Amino acid sequence: MNTLTRETRESDRSQAEQFIMPAASVTEINDGYMLEIEMPGVKKDGLEISVENNELTIIGRRSLPSVEGTLIHRESRPENFRRVFEIDPSIDANKISAKMDQGLATLTLPKAEHVKPRKITVS
Amino acid sequence: MRLIRYQAPNSTQWPALDRWSNLRDELNSFFDMPSWSGFGRTGQLFTGWSPAFDLYESGDHFVAVVELPGMRKDVIDISLHDGTLTISGEREQESSNGETAQRTERYVGSFRRSIALPTRVDSSKVTATYEDGILKVTLPKAEEAKPKQIQVS
Repeated sequence: MNTLTRETRESDRSQAEQFIMPAASVTEINDGYMLEIEMPGVKKDGLEISVENNELTIIGRRSLPSVEGTLIHRESRPENFRRVFEIDPSIDANKISAKMDQGLATLTLPKAEHVKPRKITVS
Repeated sequence: MRLIRYQAPNSTQWPALDRWSNLRDELNSFFDMPSWSGFGRTGQLFTGWSPAFDLYESGDHFVAVVELPGMRKDVIDISLHDGTLTISGEREQESSNGETAQRTERYVGSFRRSIALPTRVDSSKVTATYEDGILKVTLPKAEEAKPKQIQVS
């Protein structure tokens, strides 16, 4: 078992929409992986997760609170978030689940049944 | 003496180039990192966690907006002292029972951000909300700092 959820870095940066790369953490849990992605300002409806050609794409569209007044100091960036991971073949893509809580997207990527450790009884 | 024609190393077989391309990827990812959003925040690379902080001003109040994804409301501290707003807090390491971290980019630990407000605020009327990982602190200006219209009599 050498690869996990490997990240794909796109060489094509000439997309029409600009995204920023959110911070992510990958943790191996009992029978799968847990992926946590920081997307402040993204609500549940703004989260788009898709799996295509073994690539897991997570897009977070922000709905930032409207603030009255002039911006006098800025550190945040207005772009939406996007991150792409190559998913390990051991992951069952049909069973990926996600939740969104306070700007933190948590994805659970369970391993497919056939790769789970199994004890074989000698008869 | 014989001249041997120089052959350019085949890039796919030259390990140094691979290493270079890894370095380039690392550099690219560095520029993609949320930390690279202004010179003011480059300090985060060396000091740890420094959440993005925006400040808005309108006629009668300031609004501070801080990106704090995945925190609990009760671990965020907001204080106001001598016209300096300080926001601090801590994100604890989650239990690691049978878990192996494969990639860790999220900050764990404490943070503290302070900002000197340009004018005095009424500390008794400060309110804050925390929604979708964004902390919004509204600080009404003190009576004497509000813009006033003076009638010419």
